[in-house]
Amino acid sequence: MTFTLDAALAARRFEVSLSLAPGETVAVLGPNGAGKSTLLSVVAGLLRPDTGRAEVNGRVLFELGPSVHTWTAPHRRGTALLAQDPLLFPHLSALENVAFGPRSAGIPTREARETARHWLTEVDATDLADRRPGELSGGQAQRVAAARALAVNPEILLLDEPLSALDIHAAPLLRRLLKRVLAGRRAIIVTHDVLDAYMLADRVIVMEEGRITEDGPTRDVLRRPRSRFAAGLAGLNLVAGTVTSAGIRSAEGLEFAGQHDAPLVPGQAGVAAFPPSAVSVFLSEAHGSPRNSFRVTVTDVEPHGDQIRVRAGELSADVTPAASADLGLAPGLEVYFVVKAAAVSIYPA
Amino acid sequence: MRIRRRRDSAYNGIPRWVMAMAAVGALLVLLPLAAMLGRVNWPQFIPLITSESSLTALGLSLRTAAASTVLCVVFGVPLALVLARGDFPGQRLLRSFVLLPLVLPPVVGGIALLYAFGRQGLLGQSLEIAGIQIAFTTTAVVLAQTFVALPFLVVSLEGALRSAGSRYEAVAATLGARPTTVLRRVTLPLVLPGLASGAVLSFARSLGEFGATLTFAGSLQGVTRTLPLEIYLQRETDADAAVALSLLLVIVAVVVVGLSYRGPAPAGSVSRTARPGAPWRVAA
Repeated sequence: MTFTLDAALAARRFEVSLSLAPGETVAVLGPNGAGKSTLLSVVAGLLRPDTGRAEVNGRVLFELGPSVHTWTAPHRRGTALLAQDPLLFPHLSALENVAFGPRSAGIPTREARETARHWLTEVDATDLADRRPGELSGGQAQRVAAARALAVNPEILLLDEPLSALDIHAAPLLRRLLKRVLAGRRAIIVTHDVLDAYMLADRVIVMEEGRITEDGPTRDVLRRPRSRFAAGLAGLNLVAGTVTSAGIRSAEGLEFAGQHDAPLVPGQAGVAAFPPSAVSVFLSEAHGSPRNSFRVTVTDVEPHGDQIRVRAGELSADVTPAASADLGLAPGLEVYFVVKAAAVSIYPA
Repeated sequence: MRIRRRRDSAYNGIPRWVMAMAAVGALLVLLPLAAMLGRVNWPQFIPLITSESSLTALGLSLRTAAASTVLCVVFGVPLALVLARGDFPGQRLLRSFVLLPLVLPPVVGGIALLYAFGRQGLLGQSLEIAGIQIAFTTTAVVLAQTFVALPFLVVSLEGALRSAGSRYEAVAATLGARPTTVLRRVTLPLVLPGLASGAVLSFARSLGEFGATLTFAGSLQGVTRTLPLEIYLQRETDADAAVALSLLLVIVAVVVVGLSYRGPAPAGSVSRTARPGAPWRVAA
């Protein structure tokens, strides 16, 4: 009951081997031109590799080799695509857009509309059913597009940067929605945003120059990145914990206050994210607000670009070389990390 | 939405001499029409265009032009799709040949059709044995009109298909729609305005067809003598009737152009080619 893929496409220097367990969501990270979209195209059947084999639940999607040539057309694959642009059919209402997949599968119109209504409810878009795509905002259209992709009950859901075209208000809403509908669903999500990987995926693969350079559980890859690309991404401080009225309380009991778009429900699991550049380092406890000031022990001091990255366990801070010298930063030193609440984003996970 | 501004005071950068030449160009088109309008025998206008021979010719013209428009849609839509979406050797060559009737003198088209479907022609001989005669019948009129009008539909639709891009089709396929379903429910609705304007142009071109019709179908009243042929014939004997019928065709042409011509695409609407690796994305 798994999905396996082996594919090579010389013209794009693409060579990937990948497998997904049922219900597993994998995030694909990587620089532009690394072959992330090519991977989705190959799985969807929109691009034909030179050689390779793919199979889902024992059904062969393609097998291309010197003596074999099996090819399943895109419409028989059971792979629905949610792209950066919603690409809703402009001449159909939202409801008809969602009903498009079921109807194409031969389901009678009335039943297909029922299915469509169900999925519109799932994405909180029941009231948009009769609207034309032209009358929807970017976030609304993407929600309807998500319902349309889910309505075909795909074996594999393919998501190509589904949040990157949305504004900062619409993105968190859709991210939560995706988190809900992706639970227990097999999906491949191409993203630029490490937070999407962290919140939506069980596993991360990093692609560079057409190959997979890293593959593992999301937390491991982001905590101990081996590829350059993941190392760059993983710079973001991510603190998992429990949601409080003001922010997040970590397992170690540290309180992080921050900004949030979604209403916070205390007791819920959540994550606080902030860049190392937003962290200041002091030798004594900072005056003023006691919030977001943490007594930590420096574990590592290393150059990072033209800055110095100071690590203290899971947290890191960037300071100038001059500041580092003034403070006399060295492993073992006890310092205070101070983060401005304005720079911390709180996400219920 | 295109914003139309009249008497705009913004700088447009058109030199005066260009405007003058544009005016001469416009006159070149308008002056002859105005001159013709001046020669219309108004008191006799209605009787002239409702004479038996005129009505017969008009009826034949409308029927044959409608039939050729149907043929243009039936064969032009697949041709445009293959040319816009396909990728095969000889594609450019095929496009050149399909567009040839646009630049070919119609009389040459008529001769070519005669050698294909005429009694002594390539297919005509076999058709003759089967008891089917095409040349100098109403069928020949329809064939001649289709021959000259087909490129109008193909060009118009291919342009619409190219600017619509194939991103919606890619998404529709991943949602489980068979190619025929994608064509019916996504592609054609998206290019419907282009298809409609192409069909209207084909109809107009069919209505005005003269050279190929005369060569391939002849000029038999009620059978192959369409309105343009009737006008040409009347000119010899009854100039007033010729002018009246000409005006009728001008009116039809103005209506057709008004229906189908919507001006060029607004600036900035670029054709959206899909990225080869990800057909649902726009190429950068």
